[in-house]
Amino acid sequence: MSVLRRLLKFVAPYWKRYALALVFLLAISGLNLLQPMVIGWVVDGVLAAEKYDLLLYAGLAIFGMAAVKGIIQYLQRFNMAYAGQKVVFDIRNTLYRHLQQLSYSFYDQAQTGQLMSRVTSDVNAVQRFLSNGIVQIVSTVVSFSATLILMLSLNWKLTLISMVTVPLLLWRVKIYSTKVRPMFAQIQEQVAVVNTRIQENIAGQRVVKAFARKEYELEKFERDNMELLQRSIRAERLSAINWSLMRLLTETSLALILWYGGRQVISFELSLGTLISFNMLLGQLLGPIRSLGWIVSMVQRTIASGERIFEILDTEADVRDKPGAKPIGKIEGRVTFDNVSFAYDGVNMVLKNINLDVAPGETVAILGGTGSGKSTLIMLIPRFYDPTEGRILIDGIDIRDVTLESLRRQIGIVTQETFLFSASIRDNIAYGKPEATDEEIIEAAKAAHIHDFIMSLPDGYDTIIGERGVGLSGGQKQRVAIARALLMDARILLLDESTSSVDVETEMQIQQAFSRLLKDRTAFIIAQRLSTVRDADRIVVLDNGTIVEEGTHEELLELGGIYTAIYNLQFRPQEINFLGDDEIESVFNQGGGN
Amino acid sequence: MGHHGGLDTDDIDLKQVDFSHIPKLVEFIVPFKWHLALALVMTIAVAIMGTFGPLLIRRILDVDIPAGSIEQVTKTALTYLLVIAVIELLRVAQHYMMAWVGQNMLFSMRYRLFSHLQDLGLDFYDRIQAGRIMSRVTSDVEAINDLMTSGILGLVSDLVSLVAIVVIMLRMNTKLALIALTIVPILFIVVWTLRTRMTRAYHKVRRRAADISANLQESISGMRIVQAFSREDVNAERFVETTYRSFEAQMEAEKLRAMFNPIVDMIAALGSALIVYYGGLQMSWGDPAITIGTISAFLNYMTRFFWPIRNLVDMYNVVLQAGVSAERIFEVLETEPNVKDKEGAIELKDIEGHVKLEDVVFGYDPDHPVLHGVSLEALPKETIALVGPTGAGKSSIINLICRFYDVQEGRVLIDDIDVRDVTIESLRRNMGIVLQDTFIFSGTIRENIRYGRLDATDEEVEEAAKIVGAHDFIINLPDGYDTEVRERGSRLSVGQRQLLSFARAILADPRILILDEATSSVDAYTEYLIQKALVKLFEGRTSVVIAHRLSTVRNADRIYVIESGKVKEVGNHDELVALGGMYKSLYEKQFTDVIAAENGDDAEGVSSRSAGVAEFNPSAEHGGSS
Repeated sequence: MSVLRRLLKFVAPYWKRYALALVFLLAISGLNLLQPMVIGWVVDGVLAAEKYDLLLYAGLAIFGMAAVKGIIQYLQRFNMAYAGQKVVFDIRNTLYRHLQQLSYSFYDQAQTGQLMSRVTSDVNAVQRFLSNGIVQIVSTVVSFSATLILMLSLNWKLTLISMVTVPLLLWRVKIYSTKVRPMFAQIQEQVAVVNTRIQENIAGQRVVKAFARKEYELEKFERDNMELLQRSIRAERLSAINWSLMRLLTETSLALILWYGGRQVISFELSLGTLISFNMLLGQLLGPIRSLGWIVSMVQRTIASGERIFEILDTEADVRDKPGAKPIGKIEGRVTFDNVSFAYDGVNMVLKNINLDVAPGETVAILGGTGSGKSTLIMLIPRFYDPTEGRILIDGIDIRDVTLESLRRQIGIVTQETFLFSASIRDNIAYGKPEATDEEIIEAAKAAHIHDFIMSLPDGYDTIIGERGVGLSGGQKQRVAIARALLMDARILLLDESTSSVDVETEMQIQQAFSRLLKDRTAFIIAQRLSTVRDADRIVVLDNGTIVEEGTHEELLELGGIYTAIYNLQFRPQEINFLGDDEIESVFNQGGGN
Repeated sequence: MGHHGGLDTDDIDLKQVDFSHIPKLVEFIVPFKWHLALALVMTIAVAIMGTFGPLLIRRILDVDIPAGSIEQVTKTALTYLLVIAVIELLRVAQHYMMAWVGQNMLFSMRYRLFSHLQDLGLDFYDRIQAGRIMSRVTSDVEAINDLMTSGILGLVSDLVSLVAIVVIMLRMNTKLALIALTIVPILFIVVWTLRTRMTRAYHKVRRRAADISANLQESISGMRIVQAFSREDVNAERFVETTYRSFEAQMEAEKLRAMFNPIVDMIAALGSALIVYYGGLQMSWGDPAITIGTISAFLNYMTRFFWPIRNLVDMYNVVLQAGVSAERIFEVLETEPNVKDKEGAIELKDIEGHVKLEDVVFGYDPDHPVLHGVSLEALPKETIALVGPTGAGKSSIINLICRFYDVQEGRVLIDDIDVRDVTIESLRRNMGIVLQDTFIFSGTIRENIRYGRLDATDEEVEEAAKIVGAHDFIINLPDGYDTEVRERGSRLSVGQRQLLSFARAILADPRILILDEATSSVDAYTEYLIQKALVKLFEGRTSVVIAHRLSTVRNADRIYVIESGKVKEVGNHDELVALGGMYKSLYEKQFTDVIAAENGDDAEGVSSRSAGVAEFNPSAEHGGSS
């Protein structure tokens, strides 16, 4: 229930429209009651009484009432839709803003598809409730009670007789929400299973063909497909029976009214017009009961969707500006790790007591096996995560004391997976600095050795890339990402070199772009290339979350430790035979990475 | 409860729908023709009987009550109930029958499509995006179902009830009926105009909703970059723009929707007013054809016009959608597989593993060959490596050996048998094919390895994993071999996925191994594992490898340097280096890094043997495959 109350908070700004819609709704309910009464009056007061001079007024009354009702109905629906859509608009944008604040730790866990469905389908479910549901509920209650009162006042015996079927009707409504609806939900689940099966088969078609597995795939598919068939037929059958029974019960009430009312008319206890009015009012009495099942399930769905929405909104960002955080201002670029330890889950330390002081302009290459903590180390600098213990200083200032935005604006990042957006190349390069001039963008592209390629495209810098546009090769993407980082003109650079391979020429161009990028900046590089390692001012070797070796290429080779082992493996694969398998495994296994 | 929203039609130009494919759907109906006929009979019965209700009520009002016979009132009321009960019974039967036919049709259509997709060649998958193929099996089939079940029967039912109502009204009171029916054309025109405008408006709503999804999809998957570049505010603004456009589109549609029912109600009320007015006039004239019961029945029938008319109008859209969907479904079903078993193709039994290409000419587009007379050979248990720049034709060669495509000229021979003379299945059963993009099916690790040989025991699966060095990481996963993995599951690293696909191949134990070495980089230890696994894979079988690793080319029995669809150089590593040709220059370019190191001031770093980075990768063709 608290979910509904919280949803109402989003409704609050539009309470006037809701109130208006409600007033209109009450008016409609009133008119709905009036309509059968008018017909009854026409039958008794005009036709049976043979007052044919009133005929014109009767006709006008019938049409006039419908016209008034129609206008009010339109106003009511329009206001409701407007308010409901506006609320959804607000919820969506609130969610979006909140999602943008959530930290990396959240995105490590979350699945894109699930987040998507919360912002799209869950919000839609809530919208259906807010723009139709609330009104439906009110209208159901109002029209049921008003109709009941009117009918009782007209003829209480006939009213009670017409309600004989209500308990049975309620029972079928219950069947609907406990049995029929869940069956349709199960169909949807099976549809998802079948779709996944198809999608996987299409995506894996090369493997299917390579292993000649057609029969096997067909068998699996037929099983899922058959299950879908059976579930569908079962659900359709039950649903058909239920609907028919409900209709039959309503019609039974009608038959009862005709039977008992007919006797009353004969014995002059009831007028013919009233009997006809009753006939028409019956629908307004039983309709709401029939829609109960629908209402209950809608409220259930809304609560479930609301819960999922609030689950996101209630998630606090791990990394936030602390109160009174100030912009960091222009920095020199000294980065200091002061006894930093870090655990993603707060328990298992991924980094342990890291101490590192990097002077402005220095280039640090970071090496280590999988799980040694390389990426984690550099992720702490822009505060994608906060250290569990210790602190990180930039120019001697604890980074938790400054605003996130001012900090991140000073840091350029080229990640391992170059993520580009479906937008023009220009927009992609200017991603971190949307106000950049064309000259600045071109300069950055030139420095990243991608300008010539961009100019060779039909639309130059306006070429749309990404899913809906031109596909770029891995090397081209990477150079766009480098241009993007260059344009930031950041004092500190974080690079992840461990990229998928590109051809020789691209490789050389990327190297050149990198060296341009590194000049005069503090840089942390997760190194993959020999040249990077050799040219670095300092090499830091991580193992199992601690710095095990530190120094220049020459110094470390002399040391003959883990760096030498990695060097031999990674850069000289054909030398494997020089090291025994046991030696290699022991070098890596002490890291515990695998 | 329609599914009209399901299609991911970008923007069908509804005026250019080609209906010629709809008749072909008959073949899917034929197996169910008797069920369908029965359902049709029941539908007509329900539609006709449905008009009896108001007649019986009129009888009570006009005959039984004035006659003052309680007995007759009771009798008619009971008859009424009986009629309704029969109608509902028929309705359940009809609904069930229809659901049965519809669902079975869906089932067979899906199965046919899926089965045909298994036969289609890779050219088809290269040409059409996975998402588009997907929507043909799902939403297009769904649209056809709408046409078949709710559509056809709905049409019959609606037409029958419309005709029945009109006939009854005319017979009861011709003049009154004609007056009342004047509103039908008005109703039809209004419903038509509003519904078509609504359809268009909702198309727009759906497009705007798709924009929101696209924006979200990108924002969420790129959130790390968003935050790294402090783009939150700009992006939030853009999102507001997107959602606002969606809001506007929604409101446009909502306005029409809010208008629809009131207008229809007003027209119906106009009809009712006419009935009361003219009926009353008839009564004042003392016309014997008019009674209060007749007027009541007319008022009752008036409300029944609306649904059939609305359904008929909506039917138009269903037919349009179905026309588009049928076209797309048959486009798939009528695509011929590019390679097929020929008549009398033989089973390829136990083979030695002798692979041979003789003067092969091939092009994906026959007018533009990519291979111009390639000949190469791998003797049983030999390993041959293919190297060369992007687009040289290496992948085409292995595609031909696996018979994913057929040659235009020349022959591909396995143990001196032309691959076109044997069944595709037996050919591929003798081959282990390990491709670059290692594909993981959702399921357990065990199931994924077992894909190589379905009847393998658990021990055999684990044995295979041990051979390729995957066992250690597998048993360290939470559920070991029973750990659930997914296609895009981030649980497994690139290297681990590769080891799994090796295990799959080892389990299949093929005589011939076709391998396209993956190029994405992995950490040093995994690289070490992969290199070790490769040695095991090549052992004791014929291997054809698109090589990227220095260790692979160095160990190959023969290296074929391919360029522009021709074999340029043949020999082993030492021979080719000594030759001083293309191989040597490729090799040197790739390892400039190391060569520079050798010439540098570093005294002890590198031995005089040529050192190189982990990958021998003279091409960029797979650059985007990360």
